[in-house]
Amino acid sequence: MMVEKTPILDTFTYFALIFGILVVGFPILYAVIAATLPIEDVSRVPMSMIPGDQLFNNIAEAWGRGNLDTQLLNSFIMASGITFGKIIVSLFGAFSIVYFDYRLRPLAFATVFCTLMLPIEVRILPTYEMAANIFGPLQSVWDALGLDGIISWFARHDVEVTLEFSLLDSYAGLILPLTASATCTFLFRQFFLTIPEELCEAAKMDGASPMTFFWRILLPLSKTNIAALVVIEFVYGWNQYLWPLLITTNPKMTTAVIGLHHLLPSPEDPPDWHIAMAGALIVMLPPILVVLCMQRWFVKGLVEKEK
Amino acid sequence: MIKKRAYFKTRSLPYLLILPQIVITVTFFYWPAVQGLLASFQVSDPFGFRSRFVWFDNFITLFSDPLYLKSMLTTLIFSGSVAVVSITCGLFLATMANRVLRFTTLTRTLLIWPYAIAPAISGILWLFLLHPSYGVVSISLENWFGLDWNPLLESSHAMLLIVMASAWKNISYNFVFFLAGLQAVPHSLIEAAAMDGASPFRRFWAITFPMLSPTMFFVTVMTIIFSFFESFGVIHAVTQGGPGGSTNILVYKVYQDGFIGLNLGSSSAQSIVLMLLIVLITTLQFKYVERKVQYTG
Repeated sequence: MMVEKTPILDTFTYFALIFGILVVGFPILYAVIAATLPIEDVSRVPMSMIPGDQLFNNIAEAWGRGNLDTQLLNSFIMASGITFGKIIVSLFGAFSIVYFDYRLRPLAFATVFCTLMLPIEVRILPTYEMAANIFGPLQSVWDALGLDGIISWFARHDVEVTLEFSLLDSYAGLILPLTASATCTFLFRQFFLTIPEELCEAAKMDGASPMTFFWRILLPLSKTNIAALVVIEFVYGWNQYLWPLLITTNPKMTTAVIGLHHLLPSPEDPPDWHIAMAGALIVMLPPILVVLCMQRWFVKGLVEKEK
Repeated sequence: MIKKRAYFKTRSLPYLLILPQIVITVTFFYWPAVQGLLASFQVSDPFGFRSRFVWFDNFITLFSDPLYLKSMLTTLIFSGSVAVVSITCGLFLATMANRVLRFTTLTRTLLIWPYAIAPAISGILWLFLLHPSYGVVSISLENWFGLDWNPLLESSHAMLLIVMASAWKNISYNFVFFLAGLQAVPHSLIEAAAMDGASPFRRFWAITFPMLSPTMFFVTVMTIIFSFFESFGVIHAVTQGGPGGSTNILVYKVYQDGFIGLNLGSSSAQSIVLMLLIVLITTLQFKYVERKVQYTG
């Protein structure tokens, strides 16, 4: 805010800002340069700051060594699955909570919003067991009711029913547990509450059904919020670490962020930092592109999350 | 809870609409949470064949375990440092960007990308920068200050490495919020203070900073939650809790004890403690935010 003339402070401001941008950008710049160098240059101490011409060779090498095509595909499926799953589930959920009055509404509201801010990391172990056998709760109910005994009596011989369906090493296992979050629902609820009630009244007067109102009025109005959440949730999904680490044991099912780990040179290996950096660049590119391309909505959505 | 007056009168539709959310929440949140709570009161053998109910024994063991207390202290130091570094830098850069006023979008574009980078990748980038034999920063430190820098062996260096990797990622996030908060400070207030002869620094501390306090509070809570959980990727990819447990923060210990050590009772008890901590922080935040809403009408 240039209220008065302060030339010294202004010069300082510009320098500080440029310096800050350089410092924040430096790790990325350094990685980009390292990814263009051959191994002799990257392991020279200190590393040359002039880019080399090996970028595409290094990328190809990282791609092959890290098996990135499978992993990037997995990351993409997981990130989009989480994004769309969360947004669709929470759009309907918020619509139900804001626009209907039903007896169990307070209960539904409390059930969903108690989970706000409690990430999957605090309950990894039991969630893992849950994913290992999604029918676990049904099995408990089954056993508690002693249904085995009843069936055995009917069948006239011993029957043991085991309900088992594992989500380990599957896309459903990567996606579903991470969609259990109230943040999106909370955001949509906040947004729906700001929409003038006259719209809903008018729609009702015109004889529109609730779903017509949802598709024709509510959804178009929510476009900006949806766009912002697409960015936030895609970045969130792509960058997941702990959950995919636990739930996938088959290398064909790991995600790119986790697979990157294998490109890191260990002390016994040749110092292939150029390959590791090339791999890191590939893996971080998709979320960066999404954020940069949709920056306007993203910032709007991010800031609105606070309210 | 704010209510709308205009409602649809359909009977079963609202239940149908909320059903997917409830099913997912119960399956992947409440059921596991209850199981976790039960497991935290039990002791079981590593293969999970038998378990015994022991009430609060797991918690008592936990809080008398020096390793756990050390991990708590580590988490406190880690989160505190990440918060201080990323909030100071974010606020500083946002104040500068807000003074320039021009190129705001360009500045934001240039500062925003670390947000998109996975914590694990941020860890790898910083490991390379601070690598004892190849990192440019460690070599400069050695050449200029004669400091023998080795985050792979030295505890405090390892801590600094993960703090930098996590704080760096969070600067962008904090910057975006502070910039939005600064832009919402009424221009008239600043102008009035300037007319009364208050210097830019005085104006910042007397007007802008207090008006930013809700943003500050929100950003602090988010940074702490980030450093509690999402920094798992940084630690797993870079230090694996080492050297000598010096970067073994609470969330990493839950993972290590539960999935590597197979000590289910203790790991569950640790999860419960973590959950209570977060509930506490969140409740504080909601109380504060509610107050803010009342003040501003």
